[in-house]
Amino acid sequence: SFFPPKLFKRQTLCDMIPLVHSVSVDLNNDASLVIDIPDALCERDKVKFTVHTKTTLSSFQKPEYSVQRQHEDFIWLHDTIVETEEYAGLIIPPAPPKPDFEGPREKMHKLGEGESSMTKEEYAKMKQELEAEYLAVFKKTVQVHEVFLQRLSSHPMFRKDRNFQIFLEYDQDLTVRRKNAKEMFGGFFKNMVKSADEVLISGVKEVDEFFEQEKNFLLDYSSKIKDATAKAEKMTRSHKNVADDYNHISGALNNIAADNNTAFKKHLEKCAEVFEKLRKVEDRMASDQELKLTELLRYYTRDIQAAKDLLYRRARALADYENSNKALDKARLKGKDVAQAEENQKQCLQKFDKLSESGKKELTSFKARRVVAFRKNLIEMTELEIKHAKNSVSLLQGSIEVLKSN
Amino acid sequence: MSGGCGRNPPPFPDDEDQERAELDTQVLDSDEDDEDDEGEDIFTGARSKAITPTSAPDEGDIFSEEGSYVRSDVHHTTNGLHSDEELDLFTEATVELTLTNTTSQGRREIIGPTVSACNTTHVPNSILKPSIVTKTMEELKEEESGDQFELNIAVTNPEKIGDGMNAYMSYKVSTQTTLPMFLNKTFSVRRRFSDFLGLYEKISAKHSLVVGKEFLMLTLVGKEDSSSAEFVEKRRAALERYLQRVVAHPSLLQDPDVREFLERDELPRAVNTQALSGPGLLKMINRVSDAVNKMTIKINESDNWFESKLQEVENEEQLLRRLHAAVDSLVNHRKELCSNTVVFSKSVAMLGSVEENSALSRALSQLAEVEDKMEQLHQQQAFSDFFILAELLADYVRLLGAVRCCFEQRMKVWQRLQEAQSTLQKKREAEAKLLWANKPEKLQQAKDDINEWESKVSQYERDFERVTCTVRKEVLRFEKEKARDFKQHIVKYLESLLHTQHRLVKCWEAFLPEAKAIA
Repeated sequence: SFFPPKLFKRQTLCDMIPLVHSVSVDLNNDASLVIDIPDALCERDKVKFTVHTKTTLSSFQKPEYSVQRQHEDFIWLHDTIVETEEYAGLIIPPAPPKPDFEGPREKMHKLGEGESSMTKEEYAKMKQELEAEYLAVFKKTVQVHEVFLQRLSSHPMFRKDRNFQIFLEYDQDLTVRRKNAKEMFGGFFKNMVKSADEVLISGVKEVDEFFEQEKNFLLDYSSKIKDATAKAEKMTRSHKNVADDYNHISGALNNIAADNNTAFKKHLEKCAEVFEKLRKVEDRMASDQELKLTELLRYYTRDIQAAKDLLYRRARALADYENSNKALDKARLKGKDVAQAEENQKQCLQKFDKLSESGKKELTSFKARRVVAFRKNLIEMTELEIKHAKNSVSLLQGSIEVLKSN
Repeated sequence: MSGGCGRNPPPFPDDEDQERAELDTQVLDSDEDDEDDEGEDIFTGARSKAITPTSAPDEGDIFSEEGSYVRSDVHHTTNGLHSDEELDLFTEATVELTLTNTTSQGRREIIGPTVSACNTTHVPNSILKPSIVTKTMEELKEEESGDQFELNIAVTNPEKIGDGMNAYMSYKVSTQTTLPMFLNKTFSVRRRFSDFLGLYEKISAKHSLVVGKEFLMLTLVGKEDSSSAEFVEKRRAALERYLQRVVAHPSLLQDPDVREFLERDELPRAVNTQALSGPGLLKMINRVSDAVNKMTIKINESDNWFESKLQEVENEEQLLRRLHAAVDSLVNHRKELCSNTVVFSKSVAMLGSVEENSALSRALSQLAEVEDKMEQLHQQQAFSDFFILAELLADYVRLLGAVRCCFEQRMKVWQRLQEAQSTLQKKREAEAKLLWANKPEKLQQAKDDINEWESKVSQYERDFERVTCTVRKEVLRFEKEKARDFKQHIVKYLESLLHTQHRLVKCWEAFLPEAKAIA
């Protein structure tokens, strides 16, 4: 195969500022439970993450663990947490998206097909480009998986979750467990959540001003951030295309230079060199904008969804409460099963209150978290773009000097 | 002014006063640009090599018979072998001299007495001959730096004249020059598209071996919407490049038709081109340069300069095509980037409008503005990508085709010589046969035939030598010109990129405090 199984070590993954510190701030502060993904093995379709845990918590059997996990294991963990009644009042960290190597894979295919029609140098260059792209996708996917785990470990409730512990500790393949769980839950809850927006919108009258505002805000915000994410993705792609074109121009100039035997040859070679360097800068500009802006938007699109899910669950609880009220009235009328109905009503109210209380806390800290993350990323992105543009400026200034003096 | 695609051609400071019109040859502004300047000035000045008269004739017109001259280092016999340093940029002028009356519309084939012409004194009044100057090394060097004389041309202000079926686009052609052969130092005229075409028609046959006269309007034919601002701009730029190439060539600059085109207020309507300025004619004109070299005539010569040079030219043409394709792709992708950026900007603005945190909300709308500014930068850059780089390459791909045509013409001359030699041979054989057969009455005819063909052969031999010499010099001149042109354009392009990056830095620097203000 084109890309044999590769082990990507953390050092190579980390030449960019790690997403984990940017998107969700202050996640790895607590030394009692520290999680990271030091490396990952990429084999054809499957990615195997090495999940490394260091802990001082007594609930764990050992102080340190290193286990292999696949993407599906993360999804299993996420789903079990979602389905846990106890966590209904919490914002559940969004599941990491599936590793998507489709882009580089397609390019790899095209490269293979076009190999015969290009020179050795061109082929080698494009292969290098492709590997860099592959690596970039790789980095991102490792980081989103890592952030997911770190969100769990830094939350007072999730970190105590039994399944979370199993995920971190269990040294065997989780596949069997996963299959069993699937049968149990059947994923039915997910289907319900899909129509959650309708419930929220048309739902019961909201008495709490806070939640009324939150609902309106989240509904509006979520569609807009989704849109912004999609548009950012398109913009970044175009930017990368421009960088690629610089590369091709450089190659074409080199070809012309190779054939040329006059004093002009040096000039052409210099130009080719300029374009190649420009390409690198342009590429970094595009990547950094993607990492800081697009990725930020992507992440918060998912996080907003998680917040909406919380509102939905609360809205369900409210609906249940209202129904229980009606049932109680009915029971009283009929004079039958009143105690049961009273008990039911009491429980519904308790649940609803609990969700409201915890929900308020979660949503408030979510606001703060979001603003901090945006601030951090926007600043970092801007600083990087300035840096790259300045590099371009000095590159161009130097080259123009040289070319003019010839 | 019309043609409002946002990319205004370089404005003249004072349109009304032609005398004072100064052409701005400076390409790009420096940092102190304010945010709302319209577009790049990508005006290029064409610099022709200076003409240095050594003796100024009384009238100040260097084109008189008493004019000055003789070129001493013209080598007839060395097959055009000059080292670059010796190359007198104007010897071609002698070869390509038009021996026709300037007012005639006809075309004359140029292969006539040439270098020797400069030695004759018997030259009719109506014929203009170029000044052939003696050059010292110093003067040559001065010419190289273009210091002494200048010629800059701009085509601007496209304006629609008339309406309906008879409407046409008129262009302002402005010249700024220190060349004494022009009446004024700065002047301008209005010309329409068919005038340009007419100029091409007049000069193309007179200068069959000159590369640079080609009317490369192929890109402007056919599908494009001829009323769109972009189309008008493309055409304007192409006409400008056309004229700049024409005046960059010493022989063409000397051509009175060219001067008339630049100077004369009212040009007689080029009637025969009127009906033909449609796509059909243009295709025909451009076909020549697009023609694949079908001539496989091998010329027996000891020096394979021509053979290897032709190969070089063909290779280069292919490579330039590929480079052009890459630049074309760049133009398209940058345009895509423009539209994607503006769409993103709107989306961010929307996001900012619903953001509940007020500082973040403000930052997001500032971000939207930054992206908007970037879109404008990308737009300008795409413009530069196209007009500085892509069009240059497109032109040169076709000019290389024109170079191939010169080689083809030389081959035709060779072929004609071969055929004449073979005919001569046959006539000689015929004579011999007659001698054998003892038919004296036919002998005289045979002898006459032989004489006729002998003189033809020697004529064609001289022609071939001359064409060989000319083509060789022309190719060398062209290569030099091409290298210079490329250098100039590449620098200009890099300067445009530099300009964009400068602006980018500023955009982001203005945004940074906004991002930091988020709380």
